[in-house]
Amino acid sequence: MKLVNQGCMTDTHNNLIDKIQKEIIAAFQVLADDREAMLYYIMELGDKMPSLPDHHKTEQNLIKGCMSTVWLAYRKQADRLFFEADSNTAITKGLISLLVSVLSGQRIKHILQANLYFTEQIGINQLIGSQRSSGFNSMLKRIKDIAFACQAQ
Amino acid sequence: MMNLALHHKFDVQRIREQFPTLHQTIHGKPLAYLDNAATTHKPQVVLDALNYFYQHDNANVHRGMHTLATRATEALETTRRRVQHFIHAANPEEIIFTAGATAGINLVASSYGQAFVQAGDEVIISHMEHHANIVPWQMLCQARLAQLKVIPISETGELMMSALENLITTKTKVVAINHVSNTLGTINPIKEVIMQAHAQGAVVVVDAAQAAPHLTIDVQDLGCDFLVFSAHKAYGPTGVGILYGKKELLDAMPPYQGGGTMNRQVTLEKTIYSDTPYKFEAGTPNVADIVAFQTALAFISEVGQVAISTHEQELLNHAYHQLSQLSQLSKIHFIGTSPQKIGIIAFLIDGMHHLDVGMLLDAQGIAVRTGHSCTQPLMDRLGIDGVVRASFAMYNTLEEVEQLVAAVSRLVS
Repeated sequence: MKLVNQGCMTDTHNNLIDKIQKEIIAAFQVLADDREAMLYYIMELGDKMPSLPDHHKTEQNLIKGCMSTVWLAYRKQADRLFFEADSNTAITKGLISLLVSVLSGQRIKHILQANLYFTEQIGINQLIGSQRSSGFNSMLKRIKDIAFACQAQ
Repeated sequence: MMNLALHHKFDVQRIREQFPTLHQTIHGKPLAYLDNAATTHKPQVVLDALNYFYQHDNANVHRGMHTLATRATEALETTRRRVQHFIHAANPEEIIFTAGATAGINLVASSYGQAFVQAGDEVIISHMEHHANIVPWQMLCQARLAQLKVIPISETGELMMSALENLITTKTKVVAINHVSNTLGTINPIKEVIMQAHAQGAVVVVDAAQAAPHLTIDVQDLGCDFLVFSAHKAYGPTGVGILYGKKELLDAMPPYQGGGTMNRQVTLEKTIYSDTPYKFEAGTPNVADIVAFQTALAFISEVGQVAISTHEQELLNHAYHQLSQLSQLSKIHFIGTSPQKIGIIAFLIDGMHHLDVGMLLDAQGIAVRTGHSCTQPLMDRLGIDGVVRASFAMYNTLEEVEQLVAAVSRLVS
């Protein structure tokens, strides 16, 4: 699966978020119900995401409510937000890399409006269980909170 | 009563047939349930006993004049006597039903602590305790301005017994220690700890949550003052804990909670408390689960505690042996390598987080525990933040051990 360049500045349309989600769904469909293959695929996605530099691994960037340790850093450029993330576990890093691939580089208003249906379609809940799903939701909530705060600035 | 004739020969397949939960596939793979230190599955006879109670005998216990109340009360008291025999206590009044091992420790810390621990006194725990045997004592020490001291452990996960002599003094009022470490499986020399504590006048609280299902417990031989364990780790229902206490100590302690049953007479000015054990059993107990627990204990007896221990040791040895044969053995780190262990293997794999290992093993149908297993101070001591823990029970097989070894082999290759 080829994920869309995180730094893409040319597309100004919310459809981009749709497009990336559909790509993710298609990639997971290939894996069907092979749980192990899905986990390895998610870990591979995490592996491809650059590690967060140590100076970003701060208390402030920690996402609470996750079983693993997860950091999310962002920078604002004009009306767009760029996210970088990391985790101490490979599967969680892969999961947050999905969120980053969908939402990083997008316009703030589009991040706020985004309806992330891919998570349900690829069966994140069934894959990681409700306890870790709530951690995943905490990651998404943090991204939305950042977007909300940046919009108000 | 169950007519399983299990005692003739230890037949693991015959035993497995009694546990309905074990017969399923997980993600298309046969379930290998190796998380028994967290909780065990329940044999059909225990499930039937629960069902039978609700279908035939359900009533509230104590003081009821009708037949069902009498039956329910007698059934509950039968479990008390069963537990008494299971841990070789001197009499049934020394057995108190609680909600779990945690509740039992809290009861002792609160009741005994309130009466007998004063400012400047000391309470001793070990560095390998479950949080349930740490936090209640921290709370007590904070409330009573007492000091909490810790028996150090070695790199291999064993108590440093040489430190005991200096730690236990006449200031020591309580030594609270696990019989078996829930994370490492280490069997601690608690008899020696008890002797040293008693020599200084301290009482000893034994957390036997991991010991009771796997080792023969004899509280009179051990000489411990209090001992707790939970039913659900011993093939019984959840929500039942056992607190053993020496009668003279229980008699001297104030009640823990107020309510029904725990009193003989209540006026608006004053309450006269019931005798031991009822003064510690306020409110309606978890009757059905307590009643069903006697069937779990009978099941253990019928299989045979020695036979169970022998079988679990065989699984442990097989697991170590097989894992040690892997060509990538250097990537596997065993945590807790005491020669005295129950069937628990804790390990880490180089370059892989334990949570990832747990999920990948689950994808292979293997249930293990991952994380700190409620022993964060132990993790800190060993410089890690969690482990992968496989723990065996009577119904596990050599084939399941091989399923684990094959899955670990895939992860490290």
